[in-house]
Amino acid sequence: MTEQMAQPSPDKITVVSLRNVGKTFANSVRALDGFDLSVRDGEFISLLGPSGCGKSTALRIVAGLSAPSGGTVEGIEPAAGRVGFVFQEPTLMPWADVAANVRLPLTLAHAGNADAAVAQALRRVGLADFARSYPRELSGGMRMRVSIARALVTEPQLLLMDEPFAALDEITRFKLNNDLLRLWRELRQTVVFVTHSVFESVYLSQRILVMTPRPGRLFAEVPIEAPYPRDERFRTSAEYAGYCRTVSEALERATGAAA
Amino acid sequence: MSERFKSILAPLLTLGLLLILWEAAVRAANIPVYVVPAPSLVLATLVADASLLFGSLLVTLAITCEAFVLAAVGGIVLGVVFNLWRPVERSLYPFAVVLQVTPIVAVAPLLLIYLPQPLAVLACAWIVAFFPVLANTTLGLNSVDHNLLALFELYKASRWQVLWYLKLPAALPQMLAGLRIAGGLSLIGAVVAEIAAGSAGAGSGLAYRIAESGYRLNIPRMFAALLLLSIAGVAIYFLLAGLSHLVLRRWHESALQREI
Repeated sequence: MTEQMAQPSPDKITVVSLRNVGKTFANSVRALDGFDLSVRDGEFISLLGPSGCGKSTALRIVAGLSAPSGGTVEGIEPAAGRVGFVFQEPTLMPWADVAANVRLPLTLAHAGNADAAVAQALRRVGLADFARSYPRELSGGMRMRVSIARALVTEPQLLLMDEPFAALDEITRFKLNNDLLRLWRELRQTVVFVTHSVFESVYLSQRILVMTPRPGRLFAEVPIEAPYPRDERFRTSAEYAGYCRTVSEALERATGAAA
Repeated sequence: MSERFKSILAPLLTLGLLLILWEAAVRAANIPVYVVPAPSLVLATLVADASLLFGSLLVTLAITCEAFVLAAVGGIVLGVVFNLWRPVERSLYPFAVVLQVTPIVAVAPLLLIYLPQPLAVLACAWIVAFFPVLANTTLGLNSVDHNLLALFELYKASRWQVLWYLKLPAALPQMLAGLRIAGGLSLIGAVVAEIAAGSAGAGSGLAYRIAESGYRLNIPRMFAALLLLSIAGVAIYFLLAGLSHLVLRRWHESALQREI
């Protein structure tokens, strides 16, 4: 594999742009206030913030699952299949086998000849041999892989991930981190990754957007300029530790700023 | 000896022991047959009156099955309609509850006045059996994982796709639980209506045989008919439990065997 840099170049087009977006829920909780976000084509960014800072809400607004109370949202038409979403839980249909779960987006779009796409998505996440298994027969990590395969089956331009690995043990999480990076470098889709783990965000992203606690707004942006592919050596490098410190400090100030 | 075998053997042994005690007590105390007949006599009566009793059993079972099918279809269809159109649910659900909480024994005589008797019996059985199907279907359809709903929304699923691919399969365990209850209640409803009809002077179902034998002080036949009814009830329960297990065995917690 060639050692290629995957940094966003300034001329890349913007796929998602949120300006001055606010979100107030019916129970008058203000989740977001004056939130800005700009995502360029093909980049891997993380939204990092404490629990309840509105980062999941921001992601749902990007996906078109939730309407903002104010501000403007521009971006790729969230037409069926252009956006993939991975939830915190695997969110699989327990009554359907792995293949049927992965096929779901194509089934709903009445797409013919889905078999090849399903098989390829399963191969990509390393579950080719488990097409006929049921979700409950799989481990937590494997279920999350099915969820990722389902999001990838439509070959989306934009992949939104809402703390997908938060419930997994560390060994499984590291493995899935590496697989996710490999897939991203292979498929070149744009990824917006929501997490509350400093270490995970530094390992994965090109840019980290640190958010303040509720109401969430952008506090700082930290570019991670380490080259890809990143592997376990990167995880133990001084460079990685330095970025983690920078991001942790930003997070601390973001939390303090709102308190 | 496996746990499963033990759990079948234990109640059978208990039953055998009770029957022996019953038989011995009746013989030892010389209790007359019109007070308590011995189990052996009940069995002998069952054999002697077989053609009469089994004919009646078929009548009762036919009504039970008809009521069950109508309750299943009606309950599930209405549950789906309620889920798709909330105003319909708000308008009709209270009446379904009223229908359910009014004791069927009290309603049966009225139905027998307004409807021809076979239809009245069927209506009674249906009224009793349909509510658990409706209530469970409604509960099942409403308790779909909200993230899965969001996913369907993301992929622009139509409401029919949401119903067919998500809500109905998700509601299946609750629907089957409702059907299991409805099976037993269909039999109860049929029996109640037959007894009410029987006192009005007509009928040939098993419940009618019990009422008739009671008037004639034919206590052994009452026991024999009752035995048949119990067996029918147990059979219905196991049939529906088996169906439920068959449908859910691949994925639902209730149908899975755990390694301990």
